[in-house]
Amino acid sequence: MRLRYLVPALVLIGLVVLFAVGLRHDPREVPSPLIGKPAPAFSLAVLGAPQQTYTLADLKGRPVLVNFFASWCAACRVEHPFLMQLAAQGVEIVGVDYKDTDADGADWLARHGNPYRTVIADPQGAMGLDWGVYGAPETFVLDTAGTIVYKQIGPLSEAVWRERVAPLLQGAKP
Amino acid sequence: MKRGTLKSRLAPVALLAGLLLALPGAPLRAAELDAEQQARYQTLINELRCLVCQNQTIADSNAPLAADLRQQVETQIRAGRSDAEIKRYLTDRYGDFVLYRPPFKAKTWLLWGGPFVVLLIALGVALRFVRARRAAPAATAVDAAALRQVLADEAGDDARRPPENRS
Repeated sequence: MRLRYLVPALVLIGLVVLFAVGLRHDPREVPSPLIGKPAPAFSLAVLGAPQQTYTLADLKGRPVLVNFFASWCAACRVEHPFLMQLAAQGVEIVGVDYKDTDADGADWLARHGNPYRTVIADPQGAMGLDWGVYGAPETFVLDTAGTIVYKQIGPLSEAVWRERVAPLLQGAKP
Repeated sequence: MKRGTLKSRLAPVALLAGLLLALPGAPLRAAELDAEQQARYQTLINELRCLVCQNQTIADSNAPLAADLRQQVETQIRAGRSDAEIKRYLTDRYGDFVLYRPPFKAKTWLLWGGPFVVLLIALGVALRFVRARRAAPAATAVDAAALRQVLADEAGDDARRPPENRS
């Protein structure tokens, strides 16, 4: 007879756990299948220097962050001060001006400051598509071999950096 | 009269349909594909999820990313890639999430099997319920004579007599 009360109680507890877990997940964050895989190849012009190309080979040899941003992207403004801080600490960040015009991208960097060692122009979003980007900002963490070890969807922050990214870079401090 | 009411009922529907048709749609027909390729293109874009507006296919969505993905599908069809290769290309980059019909594998068994698990549980509960009802004790044996007496009493005037006074 006690089963009568126990079963609904268990079902309720199960649902609460399910919802508690579910609500902590952001459905907009689609886990990238590229984690642990080599970064996809690309060859694009450097922003403001169309004759100069930048390729995957240029990203290898040291840990580097590849940050997709754009002048039209509001969340990139939120993220920007933290990137400046990282750059000041000596972290190498390569920017990809994603689906943006060169003029707007350059203007945005001139206005807010440039945390990037190099900025690649991806006006068509071709590199973005190849890298599985579906919005900005998105940040890939590459190890020395050019393998993607982490992907941040949405702005990087102090907390994300401390908890997720920094431990990955422990072995090879930039 | 009936025709009139039907007409007036259909009017808003017709209006809505007209408005929907008038909406500027995204270029859903790829210009340079032959009929067979066009059919494949349509099938594919209706099976791929837009990652920005997650409850729309890339055929339905007006998001720039959806347009890029449609373009990508068209380019790859024209390059002679098979449907499976195109889907591979996209799942390699965006994961199974881009597919509206993800493959059955370790990670997705609950997604595919879940409804059947729930159905089985429901069937189990229903079966138990029915069995419990069947197993319920049948009506206790009734003395036919006593029953007849009660019915007769009910029908008669003496129905209101207190029971201890019955024979």
